[in-house]
Amino acid sequence: MTTRPPQIDENPAGIELPLEPLPGHSSRGRLERVLRRGEFAVTAELNPPDSANAQDVYERAAIFDGWVDGINAVDASGANCHMSSLGICALLTRMGYATIMQIACRDRNRIAIQGDVLGAAAMGVANIMCLTGDGVQAGDQPGAKPVFDLDCMSLLETVRTMRDEEKFLSGRALTTPPAVFLGAAINPFAPPFDFRPLRLAKKIAAGAQFVQSQYCYDVPMLEEYMKRVRDLGLTEKCFVLVGVGPLASARTARWIRSNVPGVHIPDAVVARLEGAGNQKQEGKRLCIDIINEVKEIDGISGIHVMAYRQEEYVAEIVHESGVLKGRKPWRREPRADDALVAERLDHILHDNASETPVDMVKDVVSE
Amino acid sequence: MSGNEAQTTTRTVAQATLVRRARDKLAYKPADVSPQRRLQRRYTMRLWSVRHARFLEWVYARFADLFLALHPVWNAIGYVRAERPVKFIERQVKGLMFDCRMCGQCVLSATGMSCPMNCPKQLRNGPCGGVRANGHCEVEPDMPCVWVKAWEGAQTMRATDAILAVQKPVDQSLRETSAWLRVTALAAGERGDRPESGA
Repeated sequence: MTTRPPQIDENPAGIELPLEPLPGHSSRGRLERVLRRGEFAVTAELNPPDSANAQDVYERAAIFDGWVDGINAVDASGANCHMSSLGICALLTRMGYATIMQIACRDRNRIAIQGDVLGAAAMGVANIMCLTGDGVQAGDQPGAKPVFDLDCMSLLETVRTMRDEEKFLSGRALTTPPAVFLGAAINPFAPPFDFRPLRLAKKIAAGAQFVQSQYCYDVPMLEEYMKRVRDLGLTEKCFVLVGVGPLASARTARWIRSNVPGVHIPDAVVARLEGAGNQKQEGKRLCIDIINEVKEIDGISGIHVMAYRQEEYVAEIVHESGVLKGRKPWRREPRADDALVAERLDHILHDNASETPVDMVKDVVSE
Repeated sequence: MSGNEAQTTTRTVAQATLVRRARDKLAYKPADVSPQRRLQRRYTMRLWSVRHARFLEWVYARFADLFLALHPVWNAIGYVRAERPVKFIERQVKGLMFDCRMCGQCVLSATGMSCPMNCPKQLRNGPCGGVRANGHCEVEPDMPCVWVKAWEGAQTMRATDAILAVQKPVDQSLRETSAWLRVTALAAGERGDRPESGA
């Protein structure tokens, strides 16, 4: 029925359906295909809404249309309450988006997490990112009980066991294992620096197939880290995506530096923002410059754009940095049959909505 | 009647206001977590243990051998009956030296003699991404990160690579049990003796 040519990495039977499994791939998702083809991947972070409205999620995801290969659904990042990552993924997978579901160990124990992994995989979530999660003191509800039943490493191992050995942590068998591409987080910008590359090795041993880094504002530090990672031979086993993001102003930069755990912003960056006439523009420019430097580093497979509350800039940043090299990531497009359905059902919008079922029956009877 | 009621409401203060005023006085402040108390904690013994990780590794190896040699004694007493006194001693000794939390599955040898259960996130596989630039904890700014210390301790130890092993999640059902006796019983079982036969 489709008149347009089907896009690359799309199931012709329906956009919300998983793709054909490929040999050597552990998931049936789009992100893994892009990375394994050797293309420079772009992922972005969706700002989760504080509402129960599905439209809010769709609007926030639509901003990234055609610019990113995967959308991160964050799990109460910074220990602040928002719509859950599972909920966001449930909505986005229906629309065919490639989601990266984050799971933080802070809020749920191993029983809940394993259940969520199965549920997510059943809905078509192809990528799961295993995080420890920020401490509850960082968020809006510091009185909450921190769970931390698993840590990111044992969480990775748990999901890998479920996928590869087809059983729960307890050893009970699964009938259909969750086919997911496993992700983890790295922070090359926090001490102990000697341990950080070895920690990545540990995460890979536990099952990580791709990693996304914390915000990178210090490229020399990242280069140092990547050199050691390459020496350990880790870039062949794992795709490294570097986290980048625009800073809105020098004041924001200072605030982030002192209030958000684990973000390292050098003084030079703050000084550059301070000296600029339009700090917001300069923040975007800085982000693009960092991307241009980062993409040249050996062993970097992509970027992860975290433009918190500046999501509208993601497309510009990706376009101006030219990391896609003309490639067009998947985007949701209306099809010919969509138009047909819209035409047939258009009357619903204009019908008299106050008509009750009883009236409808009366109409039919009288006819 | 209604006029009288109106009069009293204008004079008396509502109960909610009283509670609100008294809230500051009544609020329970746990002694252990007040900012003052936090400043006073120096983590002296814990840091000493990390600095002497190699020595403690040696001591523990001797100690584990001794405990294993005592296996017939534990068997005679019965591992279950020995549990209480041994646990008491273990809690006191490790509590003093490592601020032990009695998780019952000690991994000190793999964490540079820095107890990972003292991490507010109880991470057993390495530091989180929130470590401050000065090497202190994200959650408790006055505490040196348990894993920064663990890395330092592991560098001085003989088994340097033990820290690279991926640790299994904590088995919460083993909390408040003696790790010493469990390790001994397991080692004895591997050696071919009947473990926990006295149980």
